Amino acid sequence: MNFTLHVWRQDGPEVPGGFETYEARDISEHMSFLEMLDLVNEGLTHDGHEPVAFEHDCREGICGSCGMMINGVPHGPKGMVATCQLHMRSFRDGDEIWIEPWRATAFPVLRDLAVDRGALDRIIDAGGYISVRTGSPQDANALLIRKEDADLAMDAAQCIGCGACVAACPNASAMLFTAAKVSHLGLLPQGQPERYTRVLDMVTQHDREGFGNCTNHGACQEACPKGISVDFIARLNRDLVVSTWKTAGD
Amino acid sequence: MRRVSALAHTSVGKKVLMAVTGFIWFGFLVGHMAGNLKAFTGAEHFDEYAHHLRVFGEPMVPPMGFLWTFRLLVLVAFVGHVILAWQTSRGSHAARQVAYRKQEHLSFSRASGFMRWGGVAILVFVIFHLLHMTTGQLHPDFVEGAAYANLVGGLSSPVVAGLYVLAMVAVSAHLYHGLWSLFQTVGAAHPKYHAARRPLAVAAALVIFFGFISIPVAVLTGVLTF
Repeated sequence: MNFTLHVWRQDGPEVPGGFETYEARDISEHMSFLEMLDLVNEGLTHDGHEPVAFEHDCREGICGSCGMMINGVPHGPKGMVATCQLHMRSFRDGDEIWIEPWRATAFPVLRDLAVDRGALDRIIDAGGYISVRTGSPQDANALLIRKEDADLAMDAAQCIGCGACVAACPNASAMLFTAAKVSHLGLLPQGQPERYTRVLDMVTQHDREGFGNCTNHGACQEACPKGISVDFIARLNRDLVVSTWKTAGD
Repeated sequence: MRRVSALAHTSVGKKVLMAVTGFIWFGFLVGHMAGNLKAFTGAEHFDEYAHHLRVFGEPMVPPMGFLWTFRLLVLVAFVGHVILAWQTSRGSHAARQVAYRKQEHLSFSRASGFMRWGGVAILVFVIFHLLHMTTGQLHPDFVEGAAYANLVGGLSSPVVAGLYVLAMVAVSAHLYHGLWSLFQTVGAAHPKYHAARRPLAVAAALVIFFGFISIPVAVLTGVLTF
């Protein structure tokens, strides 16, 4: 298969960038999108050019590193997969492919397609944890958890923090990410002690990082490689109202 | 009050306040629509209703007292809603300063994309509507207190009537996304009632749309005449 790639190239955060066009020739349909980029990079290196910088790590859809905007869709056209799990058979021979980094003020471009997603880590720092007594582990099933709650918490915990929700959101809001983290802990008994300080602290940090405001477009849910539902945002909203009510009344 | 101002400190809290102020306006629209529909019961009845709004509760309440209390409430809700919309959309614009070269529309409804400009259109319409039907500066032959005659006279021009219909398209689209969002924003997203949210928003938007446009359409088709 052959493709024409339009790739965003940018040398550093402060340097203006632009699109460069590359031809990807003799690509196997079984290659992943990242393997296709590896091949293009080999050619670039061979010709004495700088390879395209992009983030990647596990290449099996669990680390959340490899986010990029492919033809206007985070992680490309397939849906429910990360870029590393997208195969070239999802494209047609001869396709033109536009590849851009996540665009958000809170995600400054480091180089080419790699952005700094440290803002998401700082949201986690603000409240994405539980306080546990360390020591010897307790017996399994000592804490009983309803199956429904466990399943929901598990759905929320699927979030790999890739940033596709921010990338897809017309407001560059990270509300789906924040909601997934708030819900995953807030649904379980271990998360209850900090439940209402957590939501307020994490939303405050979210706003401080310069993410936009959720307007219920739902683009995040469509873009999420793990299919996380905007229902978790409703759960976050409810927890935030309760939290504000409790803390402001003191 | 401290709790309300605490809500205004977070992006999510701002949305909750927008949901509440928006819902006050939805309630107002339902009442306004019900009042408008009284035009079909005849000029005398309609004028009496308009007059009654002004003297409601007399002599316990001073003349215009009820009306102004009510106007104040909807004015505060309106101004609050607009200020919050301006603040949140400014924040969202700042959140993405470099646009994508290519971006697919992934949202689940078209109406969500028109909330801001639709909202601005509604703001302009409300100002026009007040100058047209309440204070009369933009009305060709406005007579204070003659509610029915003002209504029929004001809507007899097809251009003005068309403008009212267009404004209702904007209002209904805004309401459709707004009402659906309301449940999401206040966190009332219980799986049990989940499926009912969108049909409910559609039904409410349609009732408001047809309820309001029935008046200009009736004037244009001669159902409502002097």
